[in-house]
Amino acid sequence: MAELIYNRRRLLGLGAAGAGSLLLAGCDSFDFLAQRNHPVRDFLERANGLTYAAQRALVGDQALAREFSESEIRQGQRPNGTTDPRTNVAEYSQLVETNFANYRLRITGLVETPKEYTLTELQNMPSRTQITRHDCVEGWSCIAKWTGVPLSRLLDEAKVKPQAKFALYHCYDQYGGGLSAAVNYYTSSDLIDAFHPQTICSYGLNGAALPVANGAPVRVRIERALGYKQPKYVHTIELVDGFSTIGRGQGGYWEDNGYDWYGGI
Amino acid sequence: MTDQVMDPATVAEKPAKPKGPLIYRQSIFTRLTHWIWAIAMFFLLLTGLQIYNAHPTLYIGEQSGFEFDNAVLRIGAENTPEGPRGFTTIFGQKFDTTGVLGMSELRGNTNFIGFPGWATIPSVRDLATGRVVHFFFAWVFVAALAVWFVASLLNRHLWRDIILKPRDIRDLPRDIWDHITFRFKHGRSYTPLQKAAYFGVFAILFPLIILTGLTMSPAMNAGWPWLVDIFGGRQTARTIHFVVMVLLVLFFVVHVAMVVLAGPINELRSMITGYYRTSPGTEPDNKDKSNG
Repeated sequence: MAELIYNRRRLLGLGAAGAGSLLLAGCDSFDFLAQRNHPVRDFLERANGLTYAAQRALVGDQALAREFSESEIRQGQRPNGTTDPRTNVAEYSQLVETNFANYRLRITGLVETPKEYTLTELQNMPSRTQITRHDCVEGWSCIAKWTGVPLSRLLDEAKVKPQAKFALYHCYDQYGGGLSAAVNYYTSSDLIDAFHPQTICSYGLNGAALPVANGAPVRVRIERALGYKQPKYVHTIELVDGFSTIGRGQGGYWEDNGYDWYGGI
Repeated sequence: MTDQVMDPATVAEKPAKPKGPLIYRQSIFTRLTHWIWAIAMFFLLLTGLQIYNAHPTLYIGEQSGFEFDNAVLRIGAENTPEGPRGFTTIFGQKFDTTGVLGMSELRGNTNFIGFPGWATIPSVRDLATGRVVHFFFAWVFVAALAVWFVASLLNRHLWRDIILKPRDIRDLPRDIWDHITFRFKHGRSYTPLQKAAYFGVFAILFPLIILTGLTMSPAMNAGWPWLVDIFGGRQTARTIHFVVMVLLVLFFVVHVAMVVLAGPINELRSMITGYYRTSPGTEPDNKDKSNG
């Protein structure tokens, strides 16, 4: 019994010490979690896969993001991320100067017939207009009206091969440069999101042409995901069966920088 | 309760402080989930403040007003004639919070950031890592809640200690007074005020913080649009998520203060070994009798 009491005291002491150090430790004790490929971080990141699976199970593949009325557009769409690739991408500057006359949206990769569309061709196709809420990963939201061609139509025309699993969205805008090599923005989605009825290659915003600050000439809207899954300045949509050899292998620019791939929460 | 207040005469007669029986009070499920929550909520709080820092403004409604004003809380820094200062604005009332909110020091550097580095994980601005850690522990938190709920339903912890019965409601004012005057009763089950506090946490705060968290998910908004409706918009949900966090921090402060005041060794022992030293006069059996 005496031993038991001793052990209990010891256990209590250990418990109290553990709880105390957890609370008192400066939070920089956990800064190692920021290291990419740290085994603990790798383990914690597995929860992202659980979230993806859970949301895909709970949310119907065709479930629509809420659409709002005109009266709920109370401000311009807040530009974020790259707002003007003309400052560092010469090819993009030339496109803007010629009013996107030489712009082509390419559908490539694992498709039967690779396709190319001019902006005018896209604008002349049947369009979809939706007033949706844009949710930035930072936490803010903004309601705006987006007009564009459903991506499913372009994918059907190109005929996606059965082995394709993801759509990669390649963009003109570049991050970095200077000391590190500049990298082009890109992101990706699964084919459920690529074929979703609200996924559009938008060229219109709030009833006008999509401005440079918001991704002209084409921004892909994946309405059930966060803002970093709404790639701007898109020039190529590539169908792939994996993305481990692209960039740092995480499926996108922000994804390569530690953000979760799915972006649904 | 009053018959247990120590009479000086009784104390003088007895050499040792009278002790009630040592009873098995907390099941393994209650104890395990308690400590899992302690760890999970530590990380959820500190990574939550990290996530908040990415856009340190809270709004009411569906969207964030950039060209109109629907902000209720804003933390930021501004240049003043005396140099930059940190400010916190709550419902239009502006407070100088330099040193803590809006502008603070981290390892000798001045940071223009919402919550200071000592209150976030990681200590530097790192939204991506904050999100990874936050969502991991969100799963841990919810899984522990599911285990706790099923176990507490089966072992009657829920009925015995959490659900307020009419008798508890009747005895609540007296129990509040007992707590104010630091007269704590240590019985088999929780006292009315304890029941009310834990009922508030389990039935109100925990569901609210989980549901408002889910409401911020654009994917869940498509699947469960009623989430946005019950909270009145995504940005309102974000604000409620923050307010519930503040209430849970307040709960934590009171919870720890009560443990210290009511006898930290006994209280901690009951949450580690399950055994609890009750007040004199408590029935030694584990039946649901000594309802405070």
